[in-house]
Amino acid sequence: MPHDHDHGSDLDEMSARVMALEKLLTDKGLVEPAALDRIIDSYETRIGPRNGAHVVALAWSDPEFRDRLERDATEAIHSLGYTGRQGEHVTAVFNTPERHNMVVCTLCSCYPWSLLGLPPVWYKSMPYRSRAVREPRAVLKEFGVTLPGETAIRVWDSTAEMRYLVIPMRPGGSDGMSVEELAGLVTRDSMIGTAILPDLAGKEEART
Amino acid sequence: MNGPQDVGGRHGFGPVAPEPDEPLFHADWEARALALTVAAGAAGHWSIDESRFARENRSPAEYYRLSYYQIWIAGLTRLLLDKGLVTGEELASGQAGDRATVPPNRRLGAEEVAAVLSRGAPASRDPQGRRPAFAVGNRVRTRNLQPAGHTRLPSYARGKTGRIASVHGFHVFADASARGDHAAAEWLYAVVFDARELWGGDAATGDEVVIDAWEPYLEPC
Repeated sequence: MPHDHDHGSDLDEMSARVMALEKLLTDKGLVEPAALDRIIDSYETRIGPRNGAHVVALAWSDPEFRDRLERDATEAIHSLGYTGRQGEHVTAVFNTPERHNMVVCTLCSCYPWSLLGLPPVWYKSMPYRSRAVREPRAVLKEFGVTLPGETAIRVWDSTAEMRYLVIPMRPGGSDGMSVEELAGLVTRDSMIGTAILPDLAGKEEART
Repeated sequence: MNGPQDVGGRHGFGPVAPEPDEPLFHADWEARALALTVAAGAAGHWSIDESRFARENRSPAEYYRLSYYQIWIAGLTRLLLDKGLVTGEELASGQAGDRATVPPNRRLGAEEVAAVLSRGAPASRDPQGRRPAFAVGNRVRTRNLQPAGHTRLPSYARGKTGRIASVHGFHVFADASARGDHAAAEWLYAVVFDARELWGGDAATGDEVVIDAWEPYLEPC
């Protein structure tokens, strides 16, 4: 606990304001500080992109699960225990050589918390929100991604309570890997659609 | 509302700038702001749509000046005042007044957090016999709606022609829910547009944009 500040606050304005609001709401009986601690702990330690990576790895390695994911992602994902806030309704969108999928929320910051955790600052920022729908190729270039000209882009603007999970293409050279090993290859950005996953073999040659 | 939140397609915001280290929170107060918002929201005094409107319904100058969690605190404060859960005097002084404004049985306890977070708040409702007006593949035009209140139809996608990509289900209607009518629900669709329909010749051939749209946003075409 921080020491008292009766002598006048040396906190910055937002720290002081939020601390005062928390105290007021606690005194009014609206919130319980121990509950706030648990909420923060959940998003710092339990709910993050490993959940989504597990879903992707299963989609790559289990054709039956992939079918379920395509038919009813909410059912398939909830059956793994990845339920909850900002993941109540989920659609999985599958990247192919012909189509790349990318997710944004132009109106606020909707994001599949239960699968990817809290969104990064850039996802919530005005540059990403304003440009992803209009010039996705330019945005991807800023992430170091250049798609082949024949790959069309479909941008999903999350304007309701449906959350979107991009299933990236499985990297070449990953044959025979376990679900756990595959999950280790999946980056958070590849599940938003701002990254693609490099092949494991021949990376050096591909770079020339 | 035609407000500062509706930025899809707007110019001038500059490049996307991912942070190298990406801390989850940039100060302790941001974590507390998140938790306060989630905990206060769990008490059920307002819907998620009311909280979105409380955040966006402010002047562009203010909206763009505030950081993400500053907007959350501004929105939370407004909801607490609007719902009569705290008074302006209490906020100014930081001291709880005598008047009990909060029903005592609606506080999220620490022991409930895990269950509440993993349960979430599904938006799907029983259509009670109402059938969707559109099917996958149908061509639709979005209506030219310009409400002053909350809407989830972005300005870039108004009066545009697309087709139904999927029927998501019968969901709480955000526009009504933001006005406090939490019972209203409508059929919700994914609608796909040719990017050129939205952005003209600058867009690449074959690129597409999908929005989720409730039935009142759509007309047959």
